[in-house]
Amino acid sequence: MKNPQRSPTNPGSVRSRFTQVFLQSLLRIRKHSPASSSSSSSLGEFLKRCHRVKVAAYVSMARAAGTRRAWSRAMLWRVRHDAHRHRLLQGRCSRSSSRERSPGKKKRRTKKKKKRRDDQEHGFGNAEKLQKLVPGGEAMDFSCLLDETAHYIKCLVTQVKVMRSIADFYSL
Amino acid sequence: MSNRRSSVMQSGTPSRITDDQMIELISKLRQLLPEISHSRSDKVSASKVLQETCSYIRSLHRQVDDLSERLSQLLSTVDADSAEAAIIRSLIT
Repeated sequence: MKNPQRSPTNPGSVRSRFTQVFLQSLLRIRKHSPASSSSSSSLGEFLKRCHRVKVAAYVSMARAAGTRRAWSRAMLWRVRHDAHRHRLLQGRCSRSSSRERSPGKKKRRTKKKKKRRDDQEHGFGNAEKLQKLVPGGEAMDFSCLLDETAHYIKCLVTQVKVMRSIADFYSL
Repeated sequence: MSNRRSSVMQSGTPSRITDDQMIELISKLRQLLPEISHSRSDKVSASKVLQETCSYIRSLHRQVDDLSERLSQLLSTVDADSAEAAIIRSLIT
């Protein structure tokens, strides 16, 4: 049986690149996490590691997708920017950094209001919501947004599949 | 079918996209969505497709959240170094 689109066997595909980079990130996270048994680590440590895993997953996928895509560029930029801002805030005040660090990575940039004109001409208010979901979406026009969304969804599905198979493998 | 395929992706001019291009993009998106919610083909409106796309992306994000939580739990319990080589081999080949 052959599934040409489901399980590509060429090593240069997005899926295998993502797998390699993500597994390396997981190894690195495990080396840097302090406690080895789950009972002794505190909730804060667990949440921090959880967040690191999630960011690593998104960054690995953006890297595997390459910089030719606007959404992957936007995601890498956002992660780098958030990490830098987090480091700046950590130096000043530790209380406010827990508020800034939202793990969902939903930054609100509502500066670009004039793109709404194109959307409402086609009658889609939903395009705004889509713009917020796709990284870098607020800067795209409608056709770009649809194109990037399609690729983003494909990569997200791959990411979920690989993460699930890693988790299943580890939990056996 | 009119062939009004004007090149609208020229840089610098934010002109409207043609209906044909939009239909093509929307149908491409539709094919990626899970098939459960679509009973009829060719009759789904574009705004419905966008709505479903948004909820699909949100559910994928939730799945990533759950999986990363699961993975970080598992990371603390597994300490076999040979497991990673086996995973890499099984997932890539």
